[in-house]
Amino acid sequence: MRLTPSVRLVDVSKRFGRIFAIDRLNLEIQDGSYVCVLGPTGSGKTTLLKSIAGLTQVDEGKVLLDGNVVNDIPPERRNAVYVPQLYALFPHLTVQGNVSFGPIAKGFGEEEAAARAREMLELVRLERRSGSFPQELSGGMQQRVALARGLASGARLLLLDEPLGALDARLRIELRGQLREFAKRLGLTVVHVTHDQAEAMTIADTVVVLREGRVEQTGTPFHIYHRPQNLFVANFIGDTNFIEGIVSERRPGGSTLELRRSIYVMVADTSYLPGERVVVALRQEKAHIVREGLQRTNVLRGRVQAIRFLGNFVKCEVRLENEDAISCKLMRVREIPRDGDEVAVAFRPEDCVVFPYPPTGLSRELEVF
Amino acid sequence: MPKVEIVGLTKTYGSIVALDQVNLTIGNGEYVSIIGPSGCGKTTLIKCIAGIIQPSRGEIRIDGKDVSGLKPEERGVGYVFQEIALFPQMDAWENITYGPRVKGWPEDRTREIGREMLEMIGLRARSDAYPNELSGGAGQKTAVARAVSSGSTLLLLDEPLGALDAKVRTDLRYKVRRLAQDLGLTAIHVTHDQEEAMSISDRVVVMRAGRVIEEGTPAQLYLRPKNTFTANFVGEANFLRGKVAEIDGLGAIVEVGGRMIGTRATSWEIGDEVVVCIRPEFVSIEREADGSTLKGVILRESFQGSIVRYLISVSGDLAISADYAADLEPLGLNIGDRVGVNIRRENAIVYPVSGEGLAREISLE
Amino acid sequence: MAEGHQERVGLMDRLSAEPKASRGLYSASALFFFVIVLLPAITGILLKWEKIHEALSDATMLSRASAALYVSFAIALSVSLLDLLAGIPMAWLIVKRESKLINVIDTLADIPFIVPTVALGYSVLLFWSGPSGLSSLFGPQVAVEPGWALVMLLHFAFSYPIVVRLMVGEFRGYRETYELAARTLGASAFTAVRTVTFPILKPAFVAAFLLAFARSLSETGATIMVAGAFENGTVFIKRAKDAGLEGPLVLVSLALIAISVAIFGAISFLGPRLRLPIRKVWPNFERRMSGYGGWRDLVTVVAFTAFVIIPSLFIALPSGAAVLDGTFGRAISGQGVWGDYWKSLAVSYAVALLATMVNIVVGFPMAIIIARRRFGGRASAIMDALVNVPIIVPSVALGVSLSFFWNALGAIPEFWILVLVHVSITYTYFVRAISAALEGISQEVEETARTLGASPFTVFRRITLPLAKYSFFSGAIMVFTRSVDETGATVAVVKQLKTAPVLLVDWVKNPQLYGQSTIALGIGFLVLMSFMVLLALRLGLWGRR
Repeated sequence: MRLTPSVRLVDVSKRFGRIFAIDRLNLEIQDGSYVCVLGPTGSGKTTLLKSIAGLTQVDEGKVLLDGNVVNDIPPERRNAVYVPQLYALFPHLTVQGNVSFGPIAKGFGEEEAAARAREMLELVRLERRSGSFPQELSGGMQQRVALARGLASGARLLLLDEPLGALDARLRIELRGQLREFAKRLGLTVVHVTHDQAEAMTIADTVVVLREGRVEQTGTPFHIYHRPQNLFVANFIGDTNFIEGIVSERRPGGSTLELRRSIYVMVADTSYLPGERVVVALRQEKAHIVREGLQRTNVLRGRVQAIRFLGNFVKCEVRLENEDAISCKLMRVREIPRDGDEVAVAFRPEDCVVFPYPPTGLSRELEVF
Repeated sequence: MPKVEIVGLTKTYGSIVALDQVNLTIGNGEYVSIIGPSGCGKTTLIKCIAGIIQPSRGEIRIDGKDVSGLKPEERGVGYVFQEIALFPQMDAWENITYGPRVKGWPEDRTREIGREMLEMIGLRARSDAYPNELSGGAGQKTAVARAVSSGSTLLLLDEPLGALDAKVRTDLRYKVRRLAQDLGLTAIHVTHDQEEAMSISDRVVVMRAGRVIEEGTPAQLYLRPKNTFTANFVGEANFLRGKVAEIDGLGAIVEVGGRMIGTRATSWEIGDEVVVCIRPEFVSIEREADGSTLKGVILRESFQGSIVRYLISVSGDLAISADYAADLEPLGLNIGDRVGVNIRRENAIVYPVSGEGLAREISLE
Repeated sequence: MAEGHQERVGLMDRLSAEPKASRGLYSASALFFFVIVLLPAITGILLKWEKIHEALSDATMLSRASAALYVSFAIALSVSLLDLLAGIPMAWLIVKRESKLINVIDTLADIPFIVPTVALGYSVLLFWSGPSGLSSLFGPQVAVEPGWALVMLLHFAFSYPIVVRLMVGEFRGYRETYELAARTLGASAFTAVRTVTFPILKPAFVAAFLLAFARSLSETGATIMVAGAFENGTVFIKRAKDAGLEGPLVLVSLALIAISVAIFGAISFLGPRLRLPIRKVWPNFERRMSGYGGWRDLVTVVAFTAFVIIPSLFIALPSGAAVLDGTFGRAISGQGVWGDYWKSLAVSYAVALLATMVNIVVGFPMAIIIARRRFGGRASAIMDALVNVPIIVPSVALGVSLSFFWNALGAIPEFWILVLVHVSITYTYFVRAISAALEGISQEVEETARTLGASPFTVFRRITLPLAKYSFFSGAIMVFTRSVDETGATVAVVKQLKTAPVLLVDWVKNPQLYGQSTIALGIGFLVLMSFMVLLALRLGLWGRR
């Protein structure tokens, strides 16, 4: 019976000097799942991976693999392979040498190690390059060698640190599905760290959003996308509009908000009291450009400031009549408005997610850099 | 008069051809992106324009003047390096005012332009910060301000946003575009990120293996790419091999895996081997399979935020991706369901089959 | 597919993963450094503290000693500055202009580095002041008599390649992007280099200066050859030792140690704080200066040829002549003085070999402590600084201190004291070479190997060592050649035993007993053997690649 490891972090903290890279972090990863840890640079993602791998000793808390506390177990016995962003392929060994390193280090005989290496190279379709050195391969190929090397070592847990980060944008899109495919085919558990939310949303079973060493939210991509728990998550995932307002009325079916210049909109949320300052988060694809006169609940008028062609959708930036700015993602490219056109923007009350107004101010909370 | 004219530009390193007879014209005030896979020559091209690399053959004219004899400091071109390259020994102020200072501008004019630039990039409070104290995005903005502070009217950007987080990149690219617009600059922006290029450029140039493959507006390249490489590079696409089976009043009808796909492509003959290219967002799914172009079975469903992507098996081992906009009513489909697939004729583009094979032709590396 | 950890791993693997065992290894290595290298160097001289009073009470001796000290530092300072001025443009030339001629110059620039300093000393002596050298072409008035000028010419020549090598490495590693950015902003080549490149490379300039400075202060054997009646610190010490005057010996040694450490500390501290003038720009003037590149290169090459290469290679002429006039036959047969010669050569190589082997074993863990911060960041910074002591302190003063220490301990045979002294003197080279190499190997590579199932020992054996192979051999070669070359500390320590360079210095100082032919041939053999050893080691390296 095969035991795939599960990972559990209980109140784990790691300090560098006076800064907490990860701060009382709690995390649980199910066997065989593909988990993406998503967060900006400096949020502690690498420290998290290295703590699981045993390359970093945690200051507080417990790291459990397969139900066993492994805090004092050295990396070579944790059976968790770490793959850094630039792959760290051994430059003095060929592809074959690199991929068979794991089995040889673990004490397997030369022949068996070579056989395993061949098997993995065939999986990633690089068996014909087994005699090449890493420097002779393209970025995408190096990435596949790094993967094969990790798989050949027999580890059941893969820790990938920005595995696609070093690749061109288009290549990233092309290869991300492959990562998931290999993992699923071999029944591995994967913790994949990235700052690219589109990547995480596309391939993860579970997404963990990290910020400054703490978990902001955990859930399936669908759940996190539609029910972000705070402004940070709402801003980090997807493309979102943020509009300030004050609750003017609260009813059992929904609330009315007063925006700037006394424009009123309806939301389905009922958790805030009249008079409270709030922020409405609305996904850009949920803001529609509509023809005048159509009966919709929320219709705001404005003028088109910019039209950006983005391939499979067009982004329409509108300056509303109350000075608020709103962007609409138009996905069926039939009637695109033009720069300067007067338009009407409509959205449904149930598509609005409402958050309390942040004490530090909205622009600071939404700051990305 | 065009701002930049490049004629027959070639650069070889021994037997390696980095640039192969490149011709390009850039109009005054245009924001042009050059995109392509790593090693396609895009960086070599702008380094030749800046005078950092000497071309082997060909001509470069800026504002109508041949610049081949001019050293980099004499060309008046602003350059933003991929590694940002802010001078580590100088703070933000000294970096930004470096250009005016080495050109011998009078003190008060230097001070004025320095203040203006810092104001423009919103870093007035960080003027005495050193490069290692600035965040990635702030450093990038400083590098751009430095490049334009001494009055260059041509700005060359070499993967300026490469080192930044995805979210920061999408934010910053519009700021860079606005800066160029506000200052009335002509810009050439090199990047491997096609989405970045399309979102801010007036025109996009696609390069591969040292050659210009195609150029046009973002919409032209996306909706009417002239070859399969461009089609695959500027966005995702389904590529279906087939043969022209019929020709009717509107165009060729291609037989793919036993099914017929109508196109508006003319100039084909019955029996031609072709590749049909359709973008996933133009493949529409119907619950009812009757009356559709194709019929198929759902193999995979993948949530991707604002869209849901379905992989549908249409016949044998032929499968196509279809994107469904998440703002519509959810389809409520499951894996294994039988569905209908519709493709409008004007959305199917037809290409010839090339000698090297489709996989090599659209290869991104 | 089986998973988990096979139990066929060895003892070393298990041991290396055991934190106590590895800590034991590193502690032992650090202990060795403190007890065998650092402690004797500091305490030896202090054992003879009372002797200083003797020297201080003698006024004439005191003034003579202070004059010698002053002269040592003055020469070291001026020669180092001259080497920077001449070496930087040479390094620039080598890196920026590529051609076959430049490759030849690049190789030639290493010659004073490879050739033993005693050979350099004699070559310089013959060229500048001998009747068959410069004066044979231009007449006897141009001859430079043995004295301070000749010492300066010698020091300039042998520190030159140190500066050039260091700067070539820096220029090659330097990211041109900064300079290019400055050029695109409108700066002429001269301005860009002055305002951007030099400030960034300033630490390298300081390091090169300090290295040349240390070398000049330390050099003994060759300096004695060319000094004539003139006296700097090292010459003074040798004379004091020969005359048995312990007081002045201890005084000058202590002063050399204290002042060197003070100067090094001061420059290392002030260097980074010194701001080069980069704010003010003179665009027109500097643009014109950018055009004089060709002249600058010419002057650089001429100066190099006249002051470094020809004086260094001049020894080849009398050596060749000695082969033809019969001296060769006597040398091979071991007749007369040649018996002592071959014995001294054997001593030299035996000591060098032993010193190298010891340094490899104890130096490697130390390098790991420094580069991989095994005992924490602060500890490794302190070690990093302390490891430099053997090269900061002039070797002759170090030798004096060490000889007092080891002789005080009891009857240790002279040969083994010599080995210990050579281990101390050359310790820094191997540690530096390896720690630099380790810093170049990304820690991620080692970390990833651990997660693939490799114990720390396996990582060392299969990853770290192969990747550091080049620096390993280069470090070992440096230790070996430095030991063979060593005169300063050796001169301070020996009583009966003589190493080859010390013997040769003796020969040169007694021209009535040893003719020019004999000396030239003796030196010739030494140079030849050095080249052969180097070649053998280099080939050994290539063979394994």
